[in-house]
Amino acid sequence: MGILDASDKELLLLSNEKNLSLSRSEMLKIKKYYIKLQRNPTDLELETLAQTWSEHCVHKTFTSKVELNDGQLIDNLLKSTIFRVTNELNKDWCFSVFLDNAGIVDFDGDIAIAFKVETHNHPSSLEPFGGASTGVGGVIRDILGVWGDPIANTNVLCFGPIDLPYKQVPHGFKHPSFVFSYVTAGIGSYGNNIGIPTVNGSIFFDESYICNPIVFCGSVGLVKKSRYFTKVKPGDVPLLIGGKTGRDGIHGVTFASAILNENSEETSVSAVQIGDPIEEEKIKRGIMLVRDLGLATAITDLGGGGLSSAVGETAERSRCGCEIHLDRVSLKNPNMEPWEIWTSESQERMLISVPSENLERVIEIFEDEDVEAIPLGEFIRGTKLNIYYNGKIEGNLDTDFMFGKLKIKRKANILKPKFDMKPLKTQKEYNQDLISILSSPNVCSKESIIRTYDHEVKSITVLKPLQGINCDGPGDAAVLKPLPDSWKGIAISNGINPEYGKIDPYRMAASAIDEAIRNNISVGGRRIALLDNFSWGNPENPDCMGSLTMAAQACYDIALGLDTPFISGKDSLYNESNSGPVTPTLLISALGILPDVRKAISMDIKKAGNPIYIIGKTYEELGGSHYYKINNHQANNPPNVNPLRAKGSYDAIIDAIDHRLIKSCHDLSEGGLAVGAAEMAFAGGIGLDIGLTKVPKTHMREDHVMFSESNSRFIVEIDRKKADKFEEFMNGNVIACIGKTTKNKDLIIRGMSSDLIKSDLYTLKEAWQRTLR
Amino acid sequence: MNVKDIEFCIIRAPGTNCDTETSYSLEFFGCNASVIHVNKFFRGDIDIKSFHGLVIPGGFSYGDHIRSGAILGKLLKNNLGESLLDFVDEGKLILGICNGFQVLVEMGILPGIKGFTQDPTIALGKNISNKFEDRWVYLRNDNEGRCIFSKGIKLVRVPVNHGEGKVILPFGREEDTLKKLIKKDQVVFRYANPDGSSANGNYPFNPNSSFSDIAGICDPSGQILGMMPHPEKAFHRITYPDWTRTGLDGMGDGYWIFKNMIDYLKNKF
Repeated sequence: MGILDASDKELLLLSNEKNLSLSRSEMLKIKKYYIKLQRNPTDLELETLAQTWSEHCVHKTFTSKVELNDGQLIDNLLKSTIFRVTNELNKDWCFSVFLDNAGIVDFDGDIAIAFKVETHNHPSSLEPFGGASTGVGGVIRDILGVWGDPIANTNVLCFGPIDLPYKQVPHGFKHPSFVFSYVTAGIGSYGNNIGIPTVNGSIFFDESYICNPIVFCGSVGLVKKSRYFTKVKPGDVPLLIGGKTGRDGIHGVTFASAILNENSEETSVSAVQIGDPIEEEKIKRGIMLVRDLGLATAITDLGGGGLSSAVGETAERSRCGCEIHLDRVSLKNPNMEPWEIWTSESQERMLISVPSENLERVIEIFEDEDVEAIPLGEFIRGTKLNIYYNGKIEGNLDTDFMFGKLKIKRKANILKPKFDMKPLKTQKEYNQDLISILSSPNVCSKESIIRTYDHEVKSITVLKPLQGINCDGPGDAAVLKPLPDSWKGIAISNGINPEYGKIDPYRMAASAIDEAIRNNISVGGRRIALLDNFSWGNPENPDCMGSLTMAAQACYDIALGLDTPFISGKDSLYNESNSGPVTPTLLISALGILPDVRKAISMDIKKAGNPIYIIGKTYEELGGSHYYKINNHQANNPPNVNPLRAKGSYDAIIDAIDHRLIKSCHDLSEGGLAVGAAEMAFAGGIGLDIGLTKVPKTHMREDHVMFSESNSRFIVEIDRKKADKFEEFMNGNVIACIGKTTKNKDLIIRGMSSDLIKSDLYTLKEAWQRTLR
Repeated sequence: MNVKDIEFCIIRAPGTNCDTETSYSLEFFGCNASVIHVNKFFRGDIDIKSFHGLVIPGGFSYGDHIRSGAILGKLLKNNLGESLLDFVDEGKLILGICNGFQVLVEMGILPGIKGFTQDPTIALGKNISNKFEDRWVYLRNDNEGRCIFSKGIKLVRVPVNHGEGKVILPFGREEDTLKKLIKKDQVVFRYANPDGSSANGNYPFNPNSSFSDIAGICDPSGQILGMMPHPEKAFHRITYPDWTRTGLDGMGDGYWIFKNMIDYLKNKF
């Protein structure tokens, strides 16, 4: 291919023809480089650069220079927001952040915790079961890729409305209910088969996800700090472990940055991989033994870009080169081109580097598990990757050029939509509104899905996703007790609210961070670390880039204020189809620790006759609320966060939990006070009688007090005899006793002059459970 | 025999995933419970004779391809068949949990009404919900005393985590087969309501629609038990789904099943 004398137009044509997803300026950069070398790039080299420079692998948008419409310039979005929080907080318990396949924080002595969340959106749109299950498999390999032993999985899923009329499904796409069933089946299947409990998650429905479902998959693992090997030496052998390499998953990463259209299934289905959890289970066993015996020097997973990324990144990280013989790779399909072998994203493969003296022993360990381990060549001095096939050189790449800085510029428009702020009509009572919110798809019980995920395997899940007297209430966070001889625990939670993102991406991000943290606080988690996952539309569109920038800025402001560093993150952009982009979707995952899991708190009311307190102030913040959503109403005021005030009450709550003053605790989010109270009551099978007059609030209507979704609020049940002590502990924070738990199985919410809600718990629970039963 | 001299083998195959917690539940008492890959038996590296008890834990052995437990069942039968019968004849114990129960049934060693059968006499079919389900259930011990594992147990609360756990007896001969099982005192655990009364097939107390609410059966000697629910996941109260309401006093119900195994072996050898 004559890249040396190709015109700009021909360069772009070439990029499109070969599905490289490279831009004009990137193609020009390649041309310039090869003019200097006085030769054309080989197929393999060009494909390697396309993989390495893809949005998926280098996050060009997040590291770009951003030019805002108000004239402001941001040099590097990631460095000036998310990285900056972590740098400024500079926590000594952060063991490895942003560098490796997963973020790692200290836990107990030599044991540290690794956490990573990934997206697998495009594949899940084309092939929901395969896309979702390989999403799980992929993120588990990220944990293996830091020498971690995976102990728990999480997932957050976004779909189109499952009751969408068939006529409204765009041509070439699948109905949301199909995508929903097969994505959840894929996630359950992979996690259950590999034997890792799925402990936390949520599901969200919105029109903007009809063509572009969002699949976030997370995994938590245990790392031994003394067994965290990351330094390759020249002479070490790159060993390819696991399944065979095939044509499945070619161009996965470049496909990830393409806009989906009605032909995507035909043109890009080869980009979707096929998962085999049993293969990965065997690989895991081998890797853990190699780790414990200290037989290897580095490890990484084969994900996006396949061998090209894994070998390239491993070499680059240790500042060495590598010689690879592709003909040694065992193949699923005969006659694969060398570049296909080099970039295939076939699942269940890992790369480890092994000193030659340990090679025989390591191969034997994998043979014992019926896993293939193939030496591919040798790490060498210098920065060159020499790639051979049957003795013939197929590529000679310099890692300095491959991983050189790609600086791009993005334009961003900061927009604030304005809705007409007409108030809703007031009503005498709001039973029907509460029932509508409880049964709305984004609030209702997800039990029918949760039960298809094994959350017991490994026997370490001590606070489960379903809680209460009948084990069916919505838990705020999962708590794990991973070590047999220690009571120390890990709390895992998440925060997501795309509804707010439609109005104000800054407040959406602020709310997601606060929600993830307060979910963690609710069960007793502290010393919280965060993960960010952005799923946005096309960042080349300045409006989309503007909302991304606002959300990133909120990440800095709020995480800094709440003293919670980010330890890992990932962005998935270009979630667009011909019907438009997904609504800006930020998932925040939170990882806290508990010194003693025996003090963990569940959300279900425990006993009649106990006082009920609300913690935190309620504001006139109804924008994006479920109350407005069910009434087809909009407003400009989604909830904001006051980190300083929130931090004070979070610390006090943890102190109260440690002193065993709190019987149950639930954070208030979707649906506000009314929904939070209802969930606590029916989960415990015990009534609640509360009054709105005492709720700390700004001047506002009673229905707004009930349904405002202001952040940083909780309802807690306190042991009757310990109420005074609790108030003492909370001194200086906004709290109020608003009622008590009752023998009558009713929820009563009293207004100034009448009961605004009065309903038996059975009716409320039934409304909450019936939607997705 | 001294507890510390008791040797258990936890057999694992590709896809086995409950070996760690199962081994923990036995070693808690002070004995040894080694997790050993089946390949080691097939290669002859290890002899089953050196153990006093064998446990086939939960998981998805060989991906549960063909049928749950089918591949491991046939492999064990073909490679160890006779020595497993000798193992039982010597008074030793075999426990199959979840996938392990499926394996024992596929081997034909359970129910073993007429000895080691060529074909499965019972089957573990898809749950009536057609889904994998994770939930805690109550088991009533209906055994009259034959089963070593359930001695002294009345009602236990343990989780089920499976997609294929519905006990199916031979079509058209269900009642007849059940009678034979009862006659030889082979029915051990039945799914029950929280008060101990029969679940009578009602979901979710009988989570999979098992025939006659059967959750676990033993062989005629009482030394081989297969059960779908997981006693090793109910070993300590802290893993109960509602311990924040009911407290942490005492051991979990699953503890007693493992204790019965230890007590028996301690006295027997």
